[in-house]
Amino acid sequence: MRSDRNWTNATVAHIRDAADGVREILLKPEGGASPFPSGAHLAVRVIIDGKTDLRYYSLIGETLVDACWRIAVKREEPGRGGSRYMWSLPVGARLEVAEPDTHFELTRQAPEYLLIAGGIGVTPLVGMAGRLVRSGRKVRMLYAGRSRLSMPYLDDLSAVLGDRLEIFAGDEGQRMDLAAEIAKLDPAGEAYVCGPIALLEGARSLWQSSGRRPEHFVYETFGSSGRFASERFTVHAPRLGVSVEVEAGQSMLDALEGAGVGVVADCRRGECGLCVVDIVSFSGTIDHRDIFFSKAQHAENKKLCVCVSRVSGGEITIDASYRGDEPLLSGPEIKRAVSA
Amino acid sequence: MTAPRPFPLNAWYAATWDSELRHELLARTITGVKMVLYRTENGDAVALQDACWHRLVPLSMGKLIGDDVQCAYHGIRYNSQGRCAFMPSQETINPSAAVRSFPVVERHRFVWVWPGDPALADPALVPDLHWNKDPAWAGDGKTIHAACDYRLIVDNLMDLTHETFIHSSSIGNDAVAEAPFDVTHGDRTTTVTRWMVDIEPPPFWRKQLGKPGNVDRWQIIQFQAPCTVAIDVGVAPTGTGAPEGDRSQGVSMVVINTITPATEKTCHYFWANVRDYRIDEQRMTTEIRDAITKVFGEDERIVEAQQRAIDENPDHVFYNLNIDAGAMWARRQIDSMLEAEAQTKRGVRLAG
Repeated sequence: MRSDRNWTNATVAHIRDAADGVREILLKPEGGASPFPSGAHLAVRVIIDGKTDLRYYSLIGETLVDACWRIAVKREEPGRGGSRYMWSLPVGARLEVAEPDTHFELTRQAPEYLLIAGGIGVTPLVGMAGRLVRSGRKVRMLYAGRSRLSMPYLDDLSAVLGDRLEIFAGDEGQRMDLAAEIAKLDPAGEAYVCGPIALLEGARSLWQSSGRRPEHFVYETFGSSGRFASERFTVHAPRLGVSVEVEAGQSMLDALEGAGVGVVADCRRGECGLCVVDIVSFSGTIDHRDIFFSKAQHAENKKLCVCVSRVSGGEITIDASYRGDEPLLSGPEIKRAVSA
Repeated sequence: MTAPRPFPLNAWYAATWDSELRHELLARTITGVKMVLYRTENGDAVALQDACWHRLVPLSMGKLIGDDVQCAYHGIRYNSQGRCAFMPSQETINPSAAVRSFPVVERHRFVWVWPGDPALADPALVPDLHWNKDPAWAGDGKTIHAACDYRLIVDNLMDLTHETFIHSSSIGNDAVAEAPFDVTHGDRTTTVTRWMVDIEPPPFWRKQLGKPGNVDRWQIIQFQAPCTVAIDVGVAPTGTGAPEGDRSQGVSMVVINTITPATEKTCHYFWANVRDYRIDEQRMTTEIRDAITKVFGEDERIVEAQQRAIDENPDHVFYNLNIDAGAMWARRQIDSMLEAEAQTKRGVRLAG
């Protein structure tokens, strides 16, 4: 259940490189770190250009390390600035964090578990792998990344999983065959997936077409990854007479709100579907980064979630939901109004 | 200032009798947590948080669709693990949508739930009440939904002196209040032992034994933290060696009690009375169960009145007597479980 978070001050207790471009940070909160279920994450207040923003980082492992919470941060360039801030923190730096929360929880009784990780998406799955092995569950893990050097926790996972871990390094030409892996899984087995949006969406779509129950496909997204690098583009909302630039480190939602366009939003990570607007036209490619729409809906390019999705190599014209105030009308009156 | 909650969360609590749980939704509050319980079509017991992830409407107001619970409000469905299986008006399911699912085990005719950290829910920790489902024993019991702190019932069971006064027409007599008793304890268990040697049995026990003459009567109260009390009771003709360990000429019963906190001031009190004699007589089972129902009704009246009096006197500190030693140890063991939980929460539990 969601709740208002309890914020606490934490100190950076230790920093190390977990892989190329990935930094592991141990955080020691005041008053002691509470235990957490595998799959849980921390909310962290980051400061970007003097403004406070929120970022979420999965907790690594199943237990505290030296009474600290452990997270790993991949340096995103260009990103929205969260990873730059986290990388700037030296040992001893203080920051605000919330108590661990989770919406990526392991069930206890599935006959088989398939863990699928892409890049930094491995972070919540490290604890899950340990938990499943320790509780004697049948588990396999597929872990893909650009190169072995860029993939954190390879050694830890190998030690825990042995030959139940399969590694797919892009620079060695290795690719996952997700359709075959899903087909091999026990009919009541569950998949836990975390990684870039293309991996999530591809796996989800294969899962769906395999006829398996949708709730057995469990995944998490923080809405930060796209198929294309984030770049600056222009969004037009002609009905409102608005044209606004969306900076590379800014969301379309923030840009629209900044220009006075009313948009409702909740999750701000491409889950809930509240911030959806109509696409009128676009050039270039729409980089859908939400998981609210299905793959088929993304292919139609009729709507997009402005909290995470972007345009690559072009611009976009949208229609938000503002229509001005209308008198209250009954059905027949609306027809007359339209025909008039 | 609010008092800290008086019950640990990392414990197995009886939620229902096994026969009470069917393929339908049952709402029950346990340790302050609202749960909805049901059996799947295969008969497996399930306990989920009784609040829809979306708008908090109790899922127990909804309905079962196969093994899924459908919320009464917007039709959001959860599977028996609490994971969302259907979301209206969209092609996908929000991956955050889930309700808590609680570890469940069925044992000794009860369905037990673990409201705390699921990683600690070891089925071996369920209190051993095997007599309740042992072919060498026969009996039955009921549930009392009592309006009092569960510890008041633990207190009540840890000292049976009250039998003399509350239950004078059935199991109480002066001997209970007069006989000395021993209190011993471990870390999670407390035992109060009372032998009444060469006494005239009270009417209930005279009937159970079915033999004339004086008896040796025993009451061995065994508490296991946080809320289970198994009481080994019985009588044997005086001189047949019961105090020395030979009960062959007597009759034994186990009074099984497990008192699940619902809230800080309400509880679900599950009890059963099982015996090792005339075990094929259903009539006797029913008669004893009905007699005990009456006896426990007398206790309920007292402890609920006590709870009301406590509420009216929030600053009152109890003065404990010698007879309260068993209850004092039981409460100390509950407190030590609470302290252990608080330590874990403060992060004293380190890696490794």
